[in-house]
Amino acid sequence: MAFHDPTADALQAPARPDKGRSLWTDARRRFFRNRAATVALVALVLIAVFAFLGGFIAQYERDYVDFSLIGINATKGVPSIATGHYFGTDQEGRDLFARTVQGTRLSLLIGVVGSMVAVIVGTLYGAISGYFGGRVDSVMMRVVDILLSIPFMFVLILMLVMFGRSLLMLFIGIGLISWLSMARIARGQTLSIKNKEFVEAAIATGVRPLTIILRHVVPNLLGVVIVYATLLIPEMIIYESFISFLGLGVQEPNTSLGALISRGAGQIGNGVPWQLGFPLFFFVVMLFAFFFVGDGLRDAIDPKDR
Amino acid sequence: MSAPILQVSDLRVTFDVPVRGGWPWTPPRKLQAVGGISFDLSPGEVLGVVGESGSGKSTLARAIVGTVPSTGRILFDGRDIGALSAEERRAHRRDVQMIFQDPLAALNPRMTVGDIIAEPLTTHFPKTPRAEVRQRVRDLMERVGLLPNLVNRYPHEFSGGQCQRIGIARALILNPKLLICDEPVSALDVSVQAQVVNLLRELRREMGIAMVFIAHDLSVVRHISDRIMVMYLGRLMETAPARQLVERPRHPYTQFLISSVPIPDPALEKARPRPVLEGDLPSPLSPPSGCVFRTRCPKAKPKCAEVPPPPYDVAPGQRATCHYWNEPTPMMQAAE
Repeated sequence: MAFHDPTADALQAPARPDKGRSLWTDARRRFFRNRAATVALVALVLIAVFAFLGGFIAQYERDYVDFSLIGINATKGVPSIATGHYFGTDQEGRDLFARTVQGTRLSLLIGVVGSMVAVIVGTLYGAISGYFGGRVDSVMMRVVDILLSIPFMFVLILMLVMFGRSLLMLFIGIGLISWLSMARIARGQTLSIKNKEFVEAAIATGVRPLTIILRHVVPNLLGVVIVYATLLIPEMIIYESFISFLGLGVQEPNTSLGALISRGAGQIGNGVPWQLGFPLFFFVVMLFAFFFVGDGLRDAIDPKDR
Repeated sequence: MSAPILQVSDLRVTFDVPVRGGWPWTPPRKLQAVGGISFDLSPGEVLGVVGESGSGKSTLARAIVGTVPSTGRILFDGRDIGALSAEERRAHRRDVQMIFQDPLAALNPRMTVGDIIAEPLTTHFPKTPRAEVRQRVRDLMERVGLLPNLVNRYPHEFSGGQCQRIGIARALILNPKLLICDEPVSALDVSVQAQVVNLLRELRREMGIAMVFIAHDLSVVRHISDRIMVMYLGRLMETAPARQLVERPRHPYTQFLISSVPIPDPALEKARPRPVLEGDLPSPLSPPSGCVFRTRCPKAKPKCAEVPPPPYDVAPGQRATCHYWNEPTPMMQAAE
């Protein structure tokens, strides 16, 4: 990294205000220097393209049942370009390609939505709790502790059973729990940020507390939050897959990677390995990619590296 | 002399220190960081505050600014700050600005320099047109010796001295009446220190801002101050006009402080006796009885442990809190 003297630069181009290199720009450069993370990011982009545009390539609707294939999957439902079933067919004779596209899309959505809720609710909750401190902090954090102590998988299953299995219920359930640990992380970071002198300077200047949180605290804990959010996405995907694996997740004709893997695993002895292989491939690649991107972000944003 | 802009009387700051391993309801121990400080400050006057680390200088500054709770009375422009509502207090903060010790830590790393300098302005006058804000920022950057086309840079791209200039620009944008400088130069190296101190002196001459200038380095403080206040363990030791304090210190602690300032001539420096203050600062959790300085004072007598010394008027404008201020200090005799 070359050190350059801002004053010397400025003298060369005196008229135009020059652009600063923000910490974000620095982090982005460091991220793209990390090869594994860059490759993982490319893989993620490809998977996202597959999930959202793959439907245009699919030759069949995801809920079209080819009755002629039922029972002879192992011989006639083989993945092939000629028949248009790129990934083969499933047990019911439905096109696995179309179903994998849809399952990947759903799993991605679950992960991203869960982690968005965590970022927005968790960060604000944690920042407010940590910034005000004292009794407010105690009460707000005890609430989080109590919610965390409830076995959430159990509650989620009960909710799905009681209110019926719907996508909305799944989003609500995952959103409800995902922000808890994020709130704790944000609070911890806030505690150290609020004692920095720039926050004191803002208080001494007369900036309002909420403005201080939004302008001075949140941008400075965003680095940690982003890293954690990236690592939270695969966690959410795993939760959803587990629920779907149990048969409580999405309803037919919708599907998710978890449901597909569950179905594929059930057929493992019947000579149709593609039914497990393709969903599993996307599942594993996606999780790996998220973990690598998360690690890359952590290395890029790590404050000790500054 | 006109009416004082700042009147502080019997200012005390006490922190609660939770007892380790205690129950939540165990009463916390009291740490008195500042114990009964009083002073007046006239418009345009510079009060230097010196003392070693832990003597409560920074806490005093924070109490005046109002970021730590304090008891006692602080009158600013004749108004009692303690009696202000939260909203009035925010408005009042326009007139009092602060400069911090660690120049980089005092600037939000995610904001551009232009936004940082403009923040007080946009906070108190949110309706100021953007063009005017930008112009004010540029003017101020020029005023404190920064190139105005660096407005879009981030704090980490600047050196310590430049960061301190940014901090000064931010403090000046609202034309405050009082500037609290909390060790503004102790994190800078000596040549930059001189630049920043000279900048502050110039600004004071041109804008007539009153200042409270805190430092642990007497040689810096006497350069800029009209009056100097020496603190030890949160108490006032001695206060006097700057020259008088340096030339004729009466309190033994001040005498030690002055003798510890190095003379920039190796021959003289070698030749003079160097009395050393022994021991450490006592814990402020259990300060010594009577005079707080007695545990390290070379002329402490039994009376010092029993009666806390009041501030004695030892000369016009000079006060010292020592029972025996007019007796010579044993170790200092050779030096005098």
